[in-house]
Amino acid sequence: MTSSSIPTSTTGTPLVKRGLAEMMKGGVIMDVVTAEQAKIAEDAGAVAVMALERVPADIRAQGGVSRMSDPDMIDSIINSVSIPVMAKARIGHFVEAQILEALGVDYIDESEVLSPADYVNHINKWNFKVPFVCGATNLGEALRRITEGAAMIRSKGEAGTGDVSEAMKHIRTISGQIRSLASKSEDELFVAAKELQAPFELVREIATTGKLPVTMFVAGGVATPADAALMMQLGADGVFVGSGIFKSGNPAERAKAIVKATTYFNDPAVLAQVSRGLGEAMVGINVSDLPAPHRLAERGW
Amino acid sequence: MPAPIGVLALQGDFREHRQTLKAIDQESIEVRTLADLASCRGLIIPGGESTVMQKLAVAYDLFEPLKDAISAGLPTFGTCAGLIMLANEISDGIVGQAGFGGLDISVRRNAFGNQLDSFEVDLDFAGIEGPVHAAFIRAPLIERVGSSIEVLSRLADGRIVGVRNTSMLGIAFHPEVTGETRIHELFVSMIDH
Repeated sequence: MTSSSIPTSTTGTPLVKRGLAEMMKGGVIMDVVTAEQAKIAEDAGAVAVMALERVPADIRAQGGVSRMSDPDMIDSIINSVSIPVMAKARIGHFVEAQILEALGVDYIDESEVLSPADYVNHINKWNFKVPFVCGATNLGEALRRITEGAAMIRSKGEAGTGDVSEAMKHIRTISGQIRSLASKSEDELFVAAKELQAPFELVREIATTGKLPVTMFVAGGVATPADAALMMQLGADGVFVGSGIFKSGNPAERAKAIVKATTYFNDPAVLAQVSRGLGEAMVGINVSDLPAPHRLAERGW
Repeated sequence: MPAPIGVLALQGDFREHRQTLKAIDQESIEVRTLADLASCRGLIIPGGESTVMQKLAVAYDLFEPLKDAISAGLPTFGTCAGLIMLANEISDGIVGQAGFGGLDISVRRNAFGNQLDSFEVDLDFAGIEGPVHAAFIRAPLIERVGSSIEVLSRLADGRIVGVRNTSMLGIAFHPEVTGETRIHELFVSMIDH
């Protein structure tokens, strides 16, 4: 690496952290558990891959404590693709995050899909040069994560279900709360900040700009091209697809179809074309059938 | 009323480019179809993932028409992934990777390393007064330039990060995310020259 020879440059700034997520916009980030899957994802047109040991559907099925992946496995994925590689750390587990940063991942997902390590605090993400993405179910949660240093937000949905209804609920909630802030007078923003449990300065910024200061992708339950386009039409900057691809009948074709649907999200003719002949979608679980302790979206606060 | 400037909108930060154009009072459109392409007087290829842009362009039969339009002289400006798409040679692309070409240069993808090596720096840029504040995000580098190429900007150590020829402009960084409008102004002057 020769970058150290550049004088007066600065690395790890909020601009370059948030900037990488800006470059992923309009794209699909795919969960992969092996280097072979990572290649399939890259070949299908993924903008990034999420390296993890088990996709959420398997984490659900197998239970137990779920942790950061084996560094060897993450290395093998980093070495197999040229697109950015993300990896997950447990909520609040700043040492897992330090390890992932040392491995040279491009983004860390502080994720409720893994078992939380701290039920009070999230990671202080300002302490890292590597950018973080964090989940959120509502605007207050998103703003608290941004305050802690998150450079990208993903609405949580309910991972590993193939049921898009929670993803729908979370993006509608966040977008609705942003619209509601934008309609408030300055006088009303103090109470709005109190109700959102978020810093006033950030609340005021969003009331003025009408958008989050970072990119927001949607995650948790996207399993078909139509699901991906639905999220894009609702204003997502891009989508994460976890179990939906590699738990389906034909991962390579489904991955390509979801990538195309994310670009041409407003073109029903294209969506019809890419939805054909994909084989079995992942089987899925209705979120309403999940007992409350097994709902991942409720992790994080 | 002049024709708008098109921004290729397959994937990436095309919205930031449109906002930058708006800030300098230029009309723009998002280019996703042949009809979109036919209606613009210049084209911007944004930042994003070059591998994804190529695949989507091929899948939607835009690859050859874009390549033809650029080689026929459509003024074109590429930033970061867009620069890779405009290079005649990609020295370390993935298998099968090719761009639209047009600039007689070789580029290396992710030349600085992974995201931890992404950085901000002030640059000198030919024809622009004062420093240009530049964000390099998993950025490429220009390793070789042909005789038709004018070098516009280098890092302090001499490595090339900005070039042009008569109709095309290519840079390794992202003026569209730092609020820098002068490089877009330069591109507009190249279109309307």
